[in-house]
Amino acid sequence: MTSLASPVAADSATAIHDSLRRFRRSADWKPLEYLFWCLPVAAYFLFPGNYLLLSQIAVTSLFALSLDLIFGYAGIISLGHAAFFGVGAYTVGLLGMRGMGDPLTGLVLAALFAAILGFFSSFLLLRGSDLARLMVTLGVALMLYELANKFSGITGGVDGIPGIEIKPVLGLFEFDLYGRTGYIYAVVVLFVLFWIARRIVHSPFGQSLRGIQMNAQRMPALSVPVNRRLVAVYTLGAAYAGVAGAVLAQTNQFVSLSVLGFENSADLLLILILGGTGRLYGGLIGAIVFIVAKHFLSDLNPQYWQFWLGLALVLLVMYARGGILGTASKWLEKRRQRAQSRPVGGAA
Amino acid sequence: MTILFDGIAFGMLLFLISVGLSVTLGLMNFVNLAHGVFAMVGGYVCVVLLNDWGVPFLATIPFAIIVPGLVGVVLERLLYRRLYEASDLDQVLFSLGLVFMAVAATHYFFGARQQPLHLPAFLSGQIHLPGADIGVYRLFLVIAGIVVAVGLQWSVIRTSFGARLRAAVDNQRTARGLGIDVNRVFMLTFALGSALAGLGGALGVEMLGLDPEFPVKYLVYFLIVVTVGGGGNILGSLWAALLLGVADVAGKYYVPQIGAFIIYAIMVVILIVRPQGLFGRAHH
Amino acid sequence: MNAVLQTHGLVRTFGGFVATDHVDLAVQAGARHALIGPNGAGKTTLINLLTGYLAPTEGRVTLMGEDVTRMPQHARCRKGLVRTFQINQLFGDMTVLESVAMSVSERLGLGASWFKPLAACGEAVDEAAVILQRLGLLSDAYETTRNLAYGRQRLIEIALALAQHPKVLLLDEPAAGVPTSESRELFEVIAQLPRDVTILLIEHDMDLVFRFAERISVLVSGALLLEDTPEVIANHPRVREVYLGEAHG
Ligand SMILES: Nc1ncnc2c1ncn2[C@@H]1O[C@H](COP(=O)(O)OP(=O)(O)OP(=O)(O)O)[C@@H](O)[C@H]1O
Ligand SMILES: [Mg+2]
Repeated sequence: MTSLASPVAADSATAIHDSLRRFRRSADWKPLEYLFWCLPVAAYFLFPGNYLLLSQIAVTSLFALSLDLIFGYAGIISLGHAAFFGVGAYTVGLLGMRGMGDPLTGLVLAALFAAILGFFSSFLLLRGSDLARLMVTLGVALMLYELANKFSGITGGVDGIPGIEIKPVLGLFEFDLYGRTGYIYAVVVLFVLFWIARRIVHSPFGQSLRGIQMNAQRMPALSVPVNRRLVAVYTLGAAYAGVAGAVLAQTNQFVSLSVLGFENSADLLLILILGGTGRLYGGLIGAIVFIVAKHFLSDLNPQYWQFWLGLALVLLVMYARGGILGTASKWLEKRRQRAQSRPVGGAA
Repeated sequence: MTILFDGIAFGMLLFLISVGLSVTLGLMNFVNLAHGVFAMVGGYVCVVLLNDWGVPFLATIPFAIIVPGLVGVVLERLLYRRLYEASDLDQVLFSLGLVFMAVAATHYFFGARQQPLHLPAFLSGQIHLPGADIGVYRLFLVIAGIVVAVGLQWSVIRTSFGARLRAAVDNQRTARGLGIDVNRVFMLTFALGSALAGLGGALGVEMLGLDPEFPVKYLVYFLIVVTVGGGGNILGSLWAALLLGVADVAGKYYVPQIGAFIIYAIMVVILIVRPQGLFGRAHH
Repeated sequence: MNAVLQTHGLVRTFGGFVATDHVDLAVQAGARHALIGPNGAGKTTLINLLTGYLAPTEGRVTLMGEDVTRMPQHARCRKGLVRTFQINQLFGDMTVLESVAMSVSERLGLGASWFKPLAACGEAVDEAAVILQRLGLLSDAYETTRNLAYGRQRLIEIALALAQHPKVLLLDEPAAGVPTSESRELFEVIAQLPRDVTILLIEHDMDLVFRFAERISVLVSGALLLEDTPEVIANHPRVREVYLGEAHG
């Protein structure tokens, strides 16, 4: 096959070179992205009284990011992602109770345990339809919930583990009452993991995940071991979710059974769909919108909140399937096309 | 023995409620997580008529069938129909949204409390048999379940509507070519499933309880019945429901701590080993 | 003569239906081999068996002397057994360049690397661009696959396969659904492939087959009817009867 890669005529070589320039830059950071990451910094100065809410957004963003990796990129639908979040949170909780409250150790162990669970449960998801995957993920999460509920001597059950003692970050920064350190900590963890996730989705590995999602049948014929990739990404997504749970436990210094609950999984799916899947930022934007909306609407009345949540889901599915980012990009695309076709139409 | 009978009665209720879901999922390929809402509607219709209007229990049942059936028709026409071709995920999200709305709305109108139900005298009490005490109402449930199962199986196999339904499901385009009004068939099927759920919901108030969280609380049970029974398989649903009912009642009685855990574990195992369900055929 | 790809008593049934019936097929190294047969003869099924997309009910497949019957698809592909699909199997939301670069990077064994962006893998991107240029797809490099006409998409199907550096290339009706004018070009591309690529082609257009192939196997109802040179096949009475008669009305 040497002839395929053989040198081509000089003029076409430059043509190729020119046409590739755009592609080579496709993984670069865009201006809008820099702008987006100014938000958490700005929020720090603008809403000094709301650090707890802000860290909640950061944690949920990370959690949504973890689901985006497995669902948005690899197409593995899950209605039980809270299982990994819960494992992470309880890892920190149980360590903290035994005086092992170093935050970074907690994160690493949480990621590890969640990854182990993710690795083993991923084999249950390799075959089967979306519906089967939905049921299996749901089933695994429910089993974990029941276990945690049963061993309430260890987990504290519904009442939870209160007053987990978390040591200062790096031995320097004490978690304070206002959640200031907690917020900065959560945002830093989010950013670092986001940055890694961004590298991953742009890598050949990440590209193959998109390929699997779009057409899993074709991939083996491109020498891709599909199952191995799915196991890898599911394990990774589980680890990310574990870290998110750990950060929640550390910033709240409290863990209860609700981290493992069905609602946690279902809300998460909604957040990701709301923001838009397969774009990394979708989960983040979804988390911001969701938590802010919940904050204000459930202040009015918690039951109404659930109603609006349901309505949002129905409307999303029927009218804005791509979520916020998907709809926005479709709209931009349409505008661009119209702008392109206008001069042609005028000339005719 | 009493436990076995309670389990069977519970299973019959699960069957009544889930069989509609089995049909929409297995035959129409619609993942309708909101199916429990129709059962809840049936339950509230029954309770409201009984407690607020003084209608006798048995006389409320027809309403508990008709109202959810009508609700089903309306929702099918307005909403569900547009999503028949959508992905599983879209259907899941959409129906989950409906569940949330229904739960919130029920909260708003009826409050969070459990709805009380007083059975008429001739349905309460027990029959004393050697070796077992059997609740009259439990017996009533079992009989109702059997009647519905037999009636359904017969109508799908024997009636022209059943034939049209099977044709429409096997190949929509061919069915249309044969002059079958597929939309109408689907609508009626959906309505029938909703009506049966309503019946199950009304009959189940006494045993399952009734509060706004009902569609969420039992969602997993309905899904288990359908996945284990094999989608679209009426008798499969019946066996699965009975199995689940007995296992659940027995599990909660003998090993109260881990009863639910075992049921979820069994569900996962069955899904892995036999994705088409225990009683499902490999391909419908 | 040595066969690079060979089947031994290959059988595949679907329920009671025998789709592949004791097929012994040998494709010689560097061959331009065509597989013909009426609709439903089991040609695609045979390709599926060769590549491991389907498991045979009975029999074996050997690739360059190695028994690959139990080898998963992706491993066979890595060994150079590459196919295209009769019905496009593409990545609708990817750009043309993205999907071909993905295929190249997988062949280069970069698929598990997770830190360096694909766009920065110079070798993969360059080669993808060269392939696109060969197939005249470079002008559409940034188009989303689903927005292209079917004929153009058909070329991507081939580009994805070429990116795998096939040793044996199985082409399942590459021109299916392509306007005749474009199918000529498409076959030119195929004809220009270097001789060290062995090609097994399924095609219904007899003119194309006779022009391209040096060896033709005829498959009827899952079984190999005969195998010979184009001249012999064209004049064989049984072939005329079961196949050409049908193809030419
Ligand atoms: N997965 C399957 N399940 C059941 N039957 C199948 C399956 N795949 C193929 N068949 C049957 O096997 C026979 C051969 O099909 P195949 O697609 O291999 O034919 P073909 O020669 O490629 O035809 P065409 O020229 O139309 O592409 C057909 O009768 C088809 O219905
Ligand atoms: Mg074919």
